Amino acid sequence: MRKQKVLPLFFLFLALIFTGKIVSAQSMTPSSFSFSKGEAWLCMMIIISLLLLVAALTLKRKVSQLRENNRRSMKKTNEEVFHEYSKHLNSKQIDQLLKMKNKKGPGNTGTALLALLLSSVLVLFSPSSVMAQAPVKADGTSLFSESGIIITLVLILIPVLAGFVLLIVKLRNAVNKQGNRQRIDEAAKLATYLENLTDEERERLEKRKNALNFSLTHNELSGSQPAEDERGLLDISPETGYNVVAHKKRALPRPNIEPELSRMVLWYLGCATFWLLFGTTIGEYLGIKFVAPDADHVSWLSFGRLRPVHTNAVFWGWASLGMLGLGNYIVPRVSNTKLYSIKMGWYALILINASVLIGSICLMAGINNGGGEYREYIWPVMLLFGIGLALTLINFLKTIAARTTKEIYISNWYMVSAIIFTIVISLTAYLPFWQDGLGETIVQGYYMHQGVGMWFMLFTLGIVYYFLPQQLNKPIYSYSLGILAFWTQILFYTLIGSHHFVFSAIPWWLQTVAIVGSMGMAIPVIAGTTNFLMTFKGGWYKVKDSYTLPFFLVGIIFYFTGSMQGTAEAFRFTNLIWHFTDFTVAHSHLTMYGIITFFIWACTYAVVPRLTGKEAPQILVGAHFWMALIGLMFYTIPLMYGSTLKGLMWLNGKPFMDGVVLMMPYWLWRAIGGSLMWLSHVVFAYNIYLMYRKSKTVDVRESAIQKMEEDNAIESVPAI
Amino acid sequence: MSSFFDNHVKLFSTASLMFIGLTICVAIIPALRNQENNAPLPNAEPLSADALKGKALFVANGCVACHTQQVRNVDMDKTWGSRPSIAADYAGITRTDFWRNTATLMGTERTGPDLTNIGNRQPSKDWNLVHLYNPRIVVKESIMPAYPWMFTIKKEPSKNDVIVNVPAEYLQGKEGKVVATKDALYLVAYLQSRKQTKLPDGTPAPEFLYKQEVKTAAAGGGNAAAASAANGQELFVTNCQACHQANGEGLPGAFPPLKGSPVVTGDDLEKYVDIIMHGYDARADYGVMPPVGTNANFTENEVAAIMNYERTSWGNNAKQVTPEEIKKILDIVKLKPAP
Repeated sequence: MRKQKVLPLFFLFLALIFTGKIVSAQSMTPSSFSFSKGEAWLCMMIIISLLLLVAALTLKRKVSQLRENNRRSMKKTNEEVFHEYSKHLNSKQIDQLLKMKNKKGPGNTGTALLALLLSSVLVLFSPSSVMAQAPVKADGTSLFSESGIIITLVLILIPVLAGFVLLIVKLRNAVNKQGNRQRIDEAAKLATYLENLTDEERERLEKRKNALNFSLTHNELSGSQPAEDERGLLDISPETGYNVVAHKKRALPRPNIEPELSRMVLWYLGCATFWLLFGTTIGEYLGIKFVAPDADHVSWLSFGRLRPVHTNAVFWGWASLGMLGLGNYIVPRVSNTKLYSIKMGWYALILINASVLIGSICLMAGINNGGGEYREYIWPVMLLFGIGLALTLINFLKTIAARTTKEIYISNWYMVSAIIFTIVISLTAYLPFWQDGLGETIVQGYYMHQGVGMWFMLFTLGIVYYFLPQQLNKPIYSYSLGILAFWTQILFYTLIGSHHFVFSAIPWWLQTVAIVGSMGMAIPVIAGTTNFLMTFKGGWYKVKDSYTLPFFLVGIIFYFTGSMQGTAEAFRFTNLIWHFTDFTVAHSHLTMYGIITFFIWACTYAVVPRLTGKEAPQILVGAHFWMALIGLMFYTIPLMYGSTLKGLMWLNGKPFMDGVVLMMPYWLWRAIGGSLMWLSHVVFAYNIYLMYRKSKTVDVRESAIQKMEEDNAIESVPAI
Repeated sequence: MSSFFDNHVKLFSTASLMFIGLTICVAIIPALRNQENNAPLPNAEPLSADALKGKALFVANGCVACHTQQVRNVDMDKTWGSRPSIAADYAGITRTDFWRNTATLMGTERTGPDLTNIGNRQPSKDWNLVHLYNPRIVVKESIMPAYPWMFTIKKEPSKNDVIVNVPAEYLQGKEGKVVATKDALYLVAYLQSRKQTKLPDGTPAPEFLYKQEVKTAAAGGGNAAAASAANGQELFVTNCQACHQANGEGLPGAFPPLKGSPVVTGDDLEKYVDIIMHGYDARADYGVMPPVGTNANFTENEVAAIMNYERTSWGNNAKQVTPEEIKKILDIVKLKPAP
């Protein structure tokens, strides 16, 4: 008990120190408070301390309640209390009591008290040691006064605070348990009291029991007919499978999709899966090369050549084909019409596959456009991709033109615009008229970021606007927020490309515009995140029994944290630390993988069962999900931590090789996380195979019906 | 308004026009202006034919994935060049050929060192070739890929062959001499061409921003020695270790040892300082040493720190030198013409 009291005191003390500091700063001169200074950080710590204080006070109240109970039970062992209790026994209790009257009383239940006390003390102490470290950082170096760093720390703090909330819940439970122990003691005393009831009281209890036992027959209104499920609302399957993972709901059968479209969408997703496996196998090998640079000495497999093979294969092969496949499914659905031309869809698929295949071979052979990131395919190869996009655009536009709905659903806004923009982006990047000297660098900055934001992000958002409401079985929270996000994304995202070249020789004003644009990105990101999360409102329970919604949820979380991290990285100061380090690599994986890939997976698991009628085993979907998520964490967190240290080393003028030596363990962690991610893709590919393959096992019910139909047909033949 | 966006032509035209307009403002116009308003510096040397072929190899092998070529205008980038890179440095670069785009090779990752000025920092052909054959021969901690396919192994090399001194353990059991192919020589020629062009006289270089405060520890008497010792090691790692190695033993047949070297431990400080500042090419059995000190603009403090580190490490036990002594010698040495 004493130790529990120390805790609130400790936090009170902390809070006092900090408020004291602020007050003294304000007493004489105008406050120097500014969000660009260390005080913002301090302020946050104060808020956290206050939260802690509130939590501590609540706990204190609980504890004093406990004590109160304790004291009361000490004092009032007299008859009144127990008499009071006995008056409020329910019928069952009375019944048991009367039966037991001549037998034994209740046994001693007090156990594990010591363990409980120990654990609660431990739990109480851990937050104090954890939190005590945080304020130390607060009055530290100028590092924490930089807004970019602060934003990153806040983003990191979000899960920490979530953990803290969990801790409070646990603590409350511990305190409750303690309370229960006291109640059990009291119960024991009550039992002894009840042992010695007088006959008079026993009679009274008997009466009370009869009164309590009165009930209606429960079929006064319904009659005595058995219930019948006339509308097929109940579907209780006797086949349950392994009880290793939670049972999720099965996909609902939907109206059939035209078989030709269905076949094409499945091919898109199948090819995408192939490129995912191919691209990440390369990526995995590249990760290994960081720790084992002499793994091979083959020119086609050297690091510099394979890196663009990896990035381009997962960009143009996996993500692009996955998105386009889903787009081909969505556009006709929300336009309530047929896809304009299946043929065009097939041509686009063939062209894009050819582009990635030829592009990968070219890069491995050493044919490279000029080294600009994601622009490594030479123009004839990228042209194939461009034609594929143009065909898809025509196909989508014609389908939308023939729509039978009045409005154009927001998904189509995002997806069609993404295709148009990407054609513009590719033309800007590949036309030679403005590419000499620094022109190339300016276009490169524009291209590499528009490719990410206007192609992958915009298109994927369109997909999510269709599939998320569908999977939650409720409309999107706010159509207007979606539209706001759409226009602000165009406005701000277009500007931010050159933030990849902050402090370089490109014009200073252009760098500033990029940084401001990066800050503006907060608007579409927050609007989008709010919209998605609010759509979940009232449907959170569905996450529990759906295997697609967890993928959506991860995507949404990374959409917020990943995108805001991008904003934080764009500031000039954070550029000093993080630019040129592996922080960028971690960021691009948090976003391209955490957002885009997770969303595509979510939608793939949502749509494929509708097209093939088969689902992947839930245990494998679960394995895929967890390995991908945990792998991503192992991949990114060590990289971010290590690169921050490395950036600080550079800032302090340490020898370059020291940074390389420092990164070694973090690169190893990255390889380990990468391996988990890669493994999850193998599982995903296997799941796709299971959903695609023609079933070999006989469905008993289905074939019984078939057999009867056949029999009927044979019987009816002679009748003709 | 809502009916406006119910028309797909109007909706997508509006969005496209907005995007194209912004694209023109933030990408195309700035790109065109930068292309037209900048010219190469008057004393900039165009790439030689060999270096040009080397650049193509640099692009083909994706070296830009790890090596930047831009000195940012921030203090921490001083290591990579004597002034920040400016638009004029890239102005002469035009489209590679019909198939391939312009390659300014600025880069966005610095997993390896920046190469803007590598031609001055590490001009030694021998070092570059050995390093290219397998970087770990000369830099143990390096994670750069090896490029052995740019070399052949010949039992009896002809006179014109450029032989690379590779230690036996890196030959993986093969016998013979490692001979650089044309590709390796082109690539090294390109690396050697990477030198920051001096600004024309009178043109002020852009400033380095975010200046680091000078370490105050060096001012305190007792700490000065400790500070300069640490400093000396760092300077050695950055400027000397790639050739002379962390153990001071150099690389047989390529780079001489400093451990037990009479120049390092002896009393002829003038020769010692001269070698650090102006390089050395007096011994046929070793490669050429570049003018490391002049390239890095060493002050007497830095030269003294490096000398003291070398004179007291790896079992060397010579008398320490003071910056004052070195300043005098530097004044004399600077008058000598660079070799």
